[in-house]
Amino acid sequence: MSILAAESANPLIPPFGEIIVGLIAFLVLLFVVWKFVAPRFEQVFQARRAAIEGGIERAEAMQAEAKAALEQYRAQLAEARTEAAQIRDAARAEGQQIIEELRAQAQEESARIVARGEEQLAASRQQVINELRGQIGTLAVDLAGRLVGESLADDARRSGTVDRFLDQLDGMSAAGDGRGGSSAFVPQDAR
Amino acid sequence: MTSSAHALGDVLAVESDPGGGFTPPGIGEFYPEALTSFSLLGVDFEITRITLIAWVATAAMIALLVAAVRKPQIVPGKLQFIGETGYSFVRDGIARDVVGPKGLPFAPFLASLFFFILANNLMAIIPLAQISPMSKFAFPLVLALICWVVYIAVGIKNQGLWPYFRDIMFLPGVPKPMYILITPLELLQNFIVRPFTLAIRLFANMFAGHMLLVTFALGATYLLSVDNFSVIFGPVSALMAIVMTFFELLVIFLQAYVFTMLMGTYLNGSVEAAH
Repeated sequence: MSILAAESANPLIPPFGEIIVGLIAFLVLLFVVWKFVAPRFEQVFQARRAAIEGGIERAEAMQAEAKAALEQYRAQLAEARTEAAQIRDAARAEGQQIIEELRAQAQEESARIVARGEEQLAASRQQVINELRGQIGTLAVDLAGRLVGESLADDARRSGTVDRFLDQLDGMSAAGDGRGGSSAFVPQDAR
Repeated sequence: MTSSAHALGDVLAVESDPGGGFTPPGIGEFYPEALTSFSLLGVDFEITRITLIAWVATAAMIALLVAAVRKPQIVPGKLQFIGETGYSFVRDGIARDVVGPKGLPFAPFLASLFFFILANNLMAIIPLAQISPMSKFAFPLVLALICWVVYIAVGIKNQGLWPYFRDIMFLPGVPKPMYILITPLELLQNFIVRPFTLAIRLFANMFAGHMLLVTFALGATYLLSVDNFSVIFGPVSALMAIVMTFFELLVIFLQAYVFTMLMGTYLNGSVEAAH
């Protein structure tokens, strides 16, 4: 196309060939973008969204898991505390019971010891009384014999007198400590 | 019909230097000599510099996009990130937010429009090319016609043949007598003005941008070569050429966006019933 022809050309009336050229160029680009570029980009967007959402979901799942574990631990802890309290209470009750038992046992023991002591004491006392009774009878007879100047040992009356005296003495002592001694009295002259 | 730019150039040439020193850039700028020309099925093809630029720009954009998605990863590399940013810009900003909930299937088409216009527009300031194929009316016209077919087809498919035209001709909620006025206007607006303005807006911006850049660049060269005091305006003209290049960069992105955005609003009207 000559310069002169160009000078007179109207820029708003394009040659048809140029329209075709432009159309082809655009359609080629459109084809590539439509078939290749856009799907790939969409794929990437999709993958990215999935990755982000997956990450969020994973984080949420982990959080839920951690929360559940915490709840479990708390429950276990509370259970353990209750159990410990129960054990403590039981131990305390048991201790109390043991103390009570021991105390009862000790009281029983002490009562028994006291009773045995008293028994022994009573037995010893009886023995002493019995011995004393014999000795006192002999002593009293000897003393009386010496005072009177004659031996009264074989005299039956003397024997009666001594017994009577001792019975009186016994009665006095029984009245003194509330204890009857006459039944336990063995006559001295039996020896 | 001589273009106004050409006329202005003539006036400037006459007034600035009656001696005939400075030849201003004219419409010839947009009609470079054909490298080769042939006829196919009765259609004359002229392969010019601008045709090659359009192919290079398209091929470069395709290569960039393919490289960006060649190995897609969840954590994107540098190239993938650039591609994703561009694609998401159209997909989310226009297909989803402007066209509406049913708009995502149109994302590849809208993204293609945006990338195609952007790549070709960028040729306006890329050294050695320095002219956008979009300043040739054929290219914006092709895009506008495709858009025209698409939004009408989508409208008929989504709303049905009669409801689509009925809603355009008889806007609901308008008093009946007003139809005398509104129906022709709406028909004109939807089926003639829309594609025409779509094409003209892009074409005129790139055309004027190229004329400005060439005028300042040639002006600077000429002023620096003259012997009189005018030489001091040479650097000013050169500076203006640089400033206008940055301005042109803004226009390049803006026009690519505006074209896609408007197509988004037309598609929005097609996928949803008129309101």
